[in-house]
Amino acid sequence: MNADELQAYRDALKCNFKGLDAVFEDCMNEALLLLSEQGIKDYLKGASLVCMIGRGFEPVLVYLEKMPQVAKQLGEPTLSLVSQAVWDLSRSPNGNAIPPFLQTIAEASRRLGSEEQLRLYVKILMDMMERTTGSIHGFHTTIPSPGLPELLQQVPYLLNNLSLHGFKNWIDYGVRNYQNHPERQKNYFCLQSADSRAILQRERHGTLFIDNERKLDLYLRSLWQDPEHLVPYSSGLDELRKPMPYYDAYGIRVPDVYDDVNDANGNVTGIDRYRALLAHIAAHRRWTTAIIADNFSPFQRIAIETLEDSRVESLAIQEYPGLRQLFIRLHPKPDENACKSAEESCIRHRLTILSYAILDAHHPYKNEVILEYVERFNEIISDKTNGTKEIADLAISFVAKTRRQSDQLPKVHFTDTEIDYRDDNRHMWRFIEEGDEEEMFEEKRKLEPEEHEPEGLPPRHYPEWDYNTKTYRPDWVSLYESLHPAGNAADIDKLLDKHAGLAKQLKHILDLLKPQQYVRVRYQEEGSELDLDVAIRSLIDFKSGAQPDPRINMSHKHDGRNIAVMLLLDLSASLADTPDGCTQTILELSQEAVALLSWAIDHLGDKFAIAGFSSNTRHEVRYQHIKGYSEQWCDTVKARLAAMEAGYSTRMGAAMRHAAHYLSAQKADKKLLLVLTDGEPSDIDVTDQQLLIQDAHKAVQELDQDGIYTYCINLDANVKPGEDDYVTRIFGNHYTIIDKIDRLPEKLPKLFMSLTG
Amino acid sequence: MTDINIEQYNIKQEPYYEIQSNEVVLYKAAYKARMPVMIKGPTGCGKSRFIEHMAWKLKKPLITVACNEDMTASDLVGRYLLDANGTRWLDGPLTTAARIGAICYLDEIVEARQDTTVVIHPLTDHRRQLPLDKKGELINAHPDFQLVISYNPGYQSLMKDLKQSTKQRFTAMDFDYPSAKVEASIVEKETGIDTATAIKLVKIAETARNLKGHGLDEGISTRLLTYAARLIINGIDPTDACRMALVRPITDDVDIRSTLDHAIDTIFA
Ligand SMILES: Nc1ncnc2c1ncn2[C@@H]1O[C@H](COP(=O)(O)OP(=O)(O)O)[C@@H](O)[C@H]1O
Ligand SMILES: [Mg+2]
Repeated sequence: MNADELQAYRDALKCNFKGLDAVFEDCMNEALLLLSEQGIKDYLKGASLVCMIGRGFEPVLVYLEKMPQVAKQLGEPTLSLVSQAVWDLSRSPNGNAIPPFLQTIAEASRRLGSEEQLRLYVKILMDMMERTTGSIHGFHTTIPSPGLPELLQQVPYLLNNLSLHGFKNWIDYGVRNYQNHPERQKNYFCLQSADSRAILQRERHGTLFIDNERKLDLYLRSLWQDPEHLVPYSSGLDELRKPMPYYDAYGIRVPDVYDDVNDANGNVTGIDRYRALLAHIAAHRRWTTAIIADNFSPFQRIAIETLEDSRVESLAIQEYPGLRQLFIRLHPKPDENACKSAEESCIRHRLTILSYAILDAHHPYKNEVILEYVERFNEIISDKTNGTKEIADLAISFVAKTRRQSDQLPKVHFTDTEIDYRDDNRHMWRFIEEGDEEEMFEEKRKLEPEEHEPEGLPPRHYPEWDYNTKTYRPDWVSLYESLHPAGNAADIDKLLDKHAGLAKQLKHILDLLKPQQYVRVRYQEEGSELDLDVAIRSLIDFKSGAQPDPRINMSHKHDGRNIAVMLLLDLSASLADTPDGCTQTILELSQEAVALLSWAIDHLGDKFAIAGFSSNTRHEVRYQHIKGYSEQWCDTVKARLAAMEAGYSTRMGAAMRHAAHYLSAQKADKKLLLVLTDGEPSDIDVTDQQLLIQDAHKAVQELDQDGIYTYCINLDANVKPGEDDYVTRIFGNHYTIIDKIDRLPEKLPKLFMSLTG
Repeated sequence: MTDINIEQYNIKQEPYYEIQSNEVVLYKAAYKARMPVMIKGPTGCGKSRFIEHMAWKLKKPLITVACNEDMTASDLVGRYLLDANGTRWLDGPLTTAARIGAICYLDEIVEARQDTTVVIHPLTDHRRQLPLDKKGELINAHPDFQLVISYNPGYQSLMKDLKQSTKQRFTAMDFDYPSAKVEASIVEKETGIDTATAIKLVKIAETARNLKGHGLDEGISTRLLTYAARLIINGIDPTDACRMALVRPITDDVDIRSTLDHAIDTIFA
């Protein structure tokens, strides 16, 4: 962004507070990284709106600072959602609630995890506001809500303990009972009063998704080898139509909470309900092929969906037999005669009975047709070559055979027909007519690579391995090394302060690792001193005729940790992404992690260097020097780390070779190259995906020959470990995948210590 | 050296070993040329068993040394012992193997300190000699002698990596957990458990191996599967046996435990 562009953005923001100019550029930089073109427009429009309410600079600042992250995480519609809510608040007597409201947004979006949820959250607050804002003379609302500011203070705590549904119920109770008692209302909403806490307890039930996310990720990965990510939605708020789970290109949508369910056999826990749902969905993802919807009537479609559900479940049960009991316990068991076919449509009822009869061989049903179709279903299933298509034929035949006039009746028999661990099956249909136009948004604003040659040292040339011909392409890559530009060292100190607690914990481990000047080595046959304890024991053995231990000496040795470390950071463009579930970019998290690691290594006294790399074709691999072996962990180095930026591609092999060039010049017993990356090697001038992977692997082998141990810390949650994934191809066994990237700052130093401890 | 009882190192009964691919052919060729061999692979995947099997097949004595951190060069080579009449030399296992022409198997070599491992160097090049410095003797290895080491590359520690100068002296063979079918039949033959249960055990192992790198350094080994099978044969409930033999040993991470426990329940339902 140049000065003109900045000015253009500044002009688009209608706002004239003094403090604004000091922060505007930083906010814009972040927004440009995270938002689309339209998003930027909405962002500036939203900020202008927040400015217009005339509540001082603070709301604008909070909006500018927090919203890019929120929008990146939950989607850009949140930009206007939040600014509009602020506007609405300002039109009421509740202007004082605006700053605390904005303060809750970042935390709430972290906790709620989807746009829909955030929208509901805002709606709940607005309802609360409307109902508690006082009125004099009947219509002019002029007295601000007493409880709203208190409520906003409690939001982080409440959302950590309640589903959105529970949150709403808790608020409803307070509003209903204390609408006209300002003081008691306040007491309720700041969690002071006894009933407030009691209701909280009552609403705090069920298994919250957010507390079990990792368990569920592990479940999908280990039992289904499916690394898809999960997005929660609010269950139970939409009273009319219960939302159903589903999955699409953006992930698997699951309810934010599941209560345990009780049946005659005891309890199905919330976590098992989640697993049943994920098993069902994973089974679809593995075995369902989408079919064309246009030729089927609505009845035929729901029949096909039901039988396809049964089919994939049967296959899943073959893999994991325990699923059968779980499904049976969660599946409704309609009474065979419950549906009055004279008055209501029985189609759902029939299908649910069929579905249950397929699942449970001990079902109570007697209907001949049902029994016949269970039989036919099992026949189809037993032939492994049959799929969605064959099941569709069976479903159509079932619909034809059981058709009734009354199926058309508007009143549908719903009792006991909702199978709530199943998804809505949107994934199994293709529609020809509407034509599925994928939204193609091009990211035009992505910066064009600058043309100028990077100044500094002349390039170094490195070979690249071509696995097709099994030869090196000599001097193929030009690598430019430069000093990383400097930023503000204090930023890094701030990050270190933020992790002071963690640092304290690490220090404890570090002290154990730290080389003691001298250590005693006991049980030596030859040594510098007699080890009296052992000598006496040996003498006794000898005197009593037993074989004495001859290792009666001890010696001292200098316990040098003689290690040289090079940390190589992938600085490619993808680092600017904010991973799902995080509020910081990978780059920021890396900065924190590297700062902590550097602090730790400095403490240990190991030789240590840091460099970053990125590439823009083979003619321009950039290698940025951040810390050299001879430099201390000082403000100069911190300043460079603080200025780290993401851009361009990942030509890993050349960067590793260059890093090795420095590392091998070090005198040390052990040499460790740590590569921190978030994806596979790639570059814009290479189309064969394997090429740079194979080259990087070759580089690892070369380094190994030179006695350098290479280890990768991978931040790509989509890697399925196995022989085929790129991490294994490049690094063999020497890697760790960090699933929860926001834990990187904690993980990286610990990993280093366990590697070298 | 007539006072060595070679007989004790011979393997009398065929150790059961399920061939996975061409490892027998490769190993035989290496033995024929008396090349040192490094067997790489995760814990409990059958490395030791393979060597026992090959020693039996080749009708050679086998001397196995389980390496550990406290081991010194003397523990391998030998030392003087005191006795009533003064001192007496006692050969270490490596020396014995070199004298009698045994296959010497140094199990988990990385566990030993690096200054210990260097004593094997002169035995691994064309000289095939072992100097006993303290005794002032230079042993020429018996023509049948061969050195085999095992090495687990999954160890994620720089400190426990082999020196490049050591690695460069060995040919290497990669071992891994067998394919599901083979692994099930191993568990079955090894323990006498029924086929259906063996298949289920292997399935559980697979779910754990999917988590490698996501909180688990190594999955569940074939060895652990045989433990679970034996517990089941002894009347322990399969789900308890699996928890005890397959899950508790490998992780303390509560989320992973819960996931694997669930896998066990749903597979053994
Ligand atoms: N290919 C195989 N054939 C027979 N048994 C095997 C095989 N692979 C593994 N096992 C079983 O696994 C156990 C562990 O194998 P072992 O050789 O001790 O592992 P390692 O030496 O690799 O740690 C053996 O005792 C045996 O029961
Ligand atoms: Mg479905």
